[in-house]
Amino acid sequence: MTRPMTRTVDLGMPTATGFLRGEQKFPAAAADRLTDAQLRRNLAHATGTIRTKRLRAVAELDDWEELRLAGSAIKTDAMARLPELLEQLEATVTARGGVVHWARDGVEANRIITDLIRATGADEVVKVKSMATQEIGLNEHLETEGIRAIETDLAELIVQLGNDRPSHILVPAIHRNRTEIRDIFRTAMPGAPADLGDEPRELAMAARSYLRERFLTARVAVSGANFAAADTGTLAVVESEGNGRMCLTLPRTLITVMGIEKVLPSFTDLEVFLQLLPRSSTAERMNPYTSLWTGVTPGDGPQEFHLVLLDNGRTRVLADEVGRAALHCIRCSACLNVCPVYERVGGHAYGSVYPGPIGAILSPQLTGITGPDDPNASLPYASTLCGACFDACPVRIDIPSILVELRADAVEAGHRPLPGGQDVAMAAAAWAMTDGRRWGRLIALGRLLSWRRTGFRRLPWPASIWTRHRDLPPLPARTFRQQWRDRLRRTGSGS
Amino acid sequence: MSSRDRILADVRRAIGGSARSAPGPVERTYHRENLVARADVDRFAEAVAEYRATVHRVDTDADLPALVAGLCAGESVVVPDDLPDSVIGTLDVHRDTAARPLSVTELDGITAVVTFGRLGIAATGTVVLDAGPGQGRRALTLVPDHHVCVLRADQVVDTVPQAIAALDPVRPITLISGPSATSDIELDRVEGVHGPRRLDVVIVG
Ligand code: SF4
Repeated sequence: MTRPMTRTVDLGMPTATGFLRGEQKFPAAAADRLTDAQLRRNLAHATGTIRTKRLRAVAELDDWEELRLAGSAIKTDAMARLPELLEQLEATVTARGGVVHWARDGVEANRIITDLIRATGADEVVKVKSMATQEIGLNEHLETEGIRAIETDLAELIVQLGNDRPSHILVPAIHRNRTEIRDIFRTAMPGAPADLGDEPRELAMAARSYLRERFLTARVAVSGANFAAADTGTLAVVESEGNGRMCLTLPRTLITVMGIEKVLPSFTDLEVFLQLLPRSSTAERMNPYTSLWTGVTPGDGPQEFHLVLLDNGRTRVLADEVGRAALHCIRCSACLNVCPVYERVGGHAYGSVYPGPIGAILSPQLTGITGPDDPNASLPYASTLCGACFDACPVRIDIPSILVELRADAVEAGHRPLPGGQDVAMAAAAWAMTDGRRWGRLIALGRLLSWRRTGFRRLPWPASIWTRHRDLPPLPARTFRQQWRDRLRRTGSGS
Repeated sequence: MSSRDRILADVRRAIGGSARSAPGPVERTYHRENLVARADVDRFAEAVAEYRATVHRVDTDADLPALVAGLCAGESVVVPDDLPDSVIGTLDVHRDTAARPLSVTELDGITAVVTFGRLGIAATGTVVLDAGPGQGRRALTLVPDHHVCVLRADQVVDTVPQAIAALDPVRPITLISGPSATSDIELDRVEGVHGPRRLDVVIVG
């Protein structure tokens, strides 16, 4: 436990602003959701469907593990060379007629974007789904400035019209079923037919006709970006519905907001990520549409292009040698879909716009843990450490290990997740868990003891300090992690 | 200090403390063989069809006009100005020219577009456009509801890395895999949202 508390010491780095922290601690928020049977049914159905498909999509490639290794290595390389790559990206985008802006936090980004929109004279913008703009609360900010932001991604539109919050990074309305969506459209979508049915196809067509007019008349679009290639200045947006193409093609002005960690060294690196991302996210060989653009092309698409590079806590994450791997995330959402905790509590319980396993490691690092009462201090505990997220992650982020590190930090920051001396035990257990072999030995020992005398009640030291406060059920012959993996393999579906 | 300089300084400070230095060159052990022989065009056709795009195969250019006319029967059609007549024959079409590009509203009134493509990817059933010859600007293949895309068999590659290697990053590039779709309602796939709802891929040779 000698690691410095990088997240609780002021490094002089900007603190993230925006929707990265809930009001309640995770256990309380989760307990609320657990009583919502409809929510659990919706989630179990949706994540069960996608889990089966993802396994199939991944099994089709015999070099999947090699692609994951390369994806991880490219991201590690990019983080190590970030200053140089960002400067290169700025130069290549500028050379192709784009304008690059830098924002230290969400407040600054929102101001830059507002000014850019104002300069065009528009009071309405179309938006293509972007986690970065959700993170900084751009829509809410624009509203206070008298600018209307229209979400064009179907799920985002459902969330926006329902005055709701996103609960999944790929399918923000995953907590809603078709009937609920129909009701939202009937009430809140201008021009929606009063007798609108609840067939997904009918709902999608209603959204199409509502948005079409907006696309055809929009003068400004705001987008996120999945990737940016430093060597060529090429930006990439990966999508399904065509709303992305509409936003990236028809308006005269395009403003793209991108976290600084999205930069890739080279255009060639797309050959890896355009294989990893679609199979992990929507479980397809390739998503329906991917747009790649480099600055401005005269006579084709937006004639004015702005790229806003956003820090908002990312340098804070980068300062932690272990935790920085959270910045490798390509937002595929596979870790959410395989997580037994996420499946039961849903995305809202995590408070931040980044839910699930990735949210549990990213949100507290972006914001820093401010003290014992910080809701984000409880996020590292929102996991059973079963390891399904690591197995699913296309860029091999070792989420369980980072969770354990963060737990130790939370304890050092005075967080009291468990009564009595269990905090100390958790910090000690972190020592064992950060080293896979140490932890493996500890668990193996526990299982052996449990075999020899049924009614095993104590873990060996140091976890014994923890078990003193809590009776452990006998350890099963196989770890939870093994069982969960077996279950995924067997049925590919939830309980 | 500008925000730019502050961010770059923060990033330098954040990574500067690392015990480990730059990780060195990335090992690429995944498949990235060059295309040597003709790509697996049958596989391409199959993968495209699995996305519920419709695949048509003809032997030579001479077969194109009749096929295209049949696919666009009863529709208003737009083509990029440089699409050769050998594709459309005597079909009555609107032409999108650099001198007089059609407005978005005009495009919205047209139901079909016929273009060439830049590449096909067999592994994924993807058609790639890069606004090159016979492809037109991006709006052309986006607004009309029906896209007929003509590719020669020798434009098909086997893998994603082969496609990326062949592309010029400076051009606006669109990768298309089937008609537009959404999985946003209960993660069930529904085809046809904002992009063209009908995609015909024609392979020549
Ligand atoms: S952490 Fe990995 S699995 Fe989770 S969303 Fe990010 S890339 Fe996907």
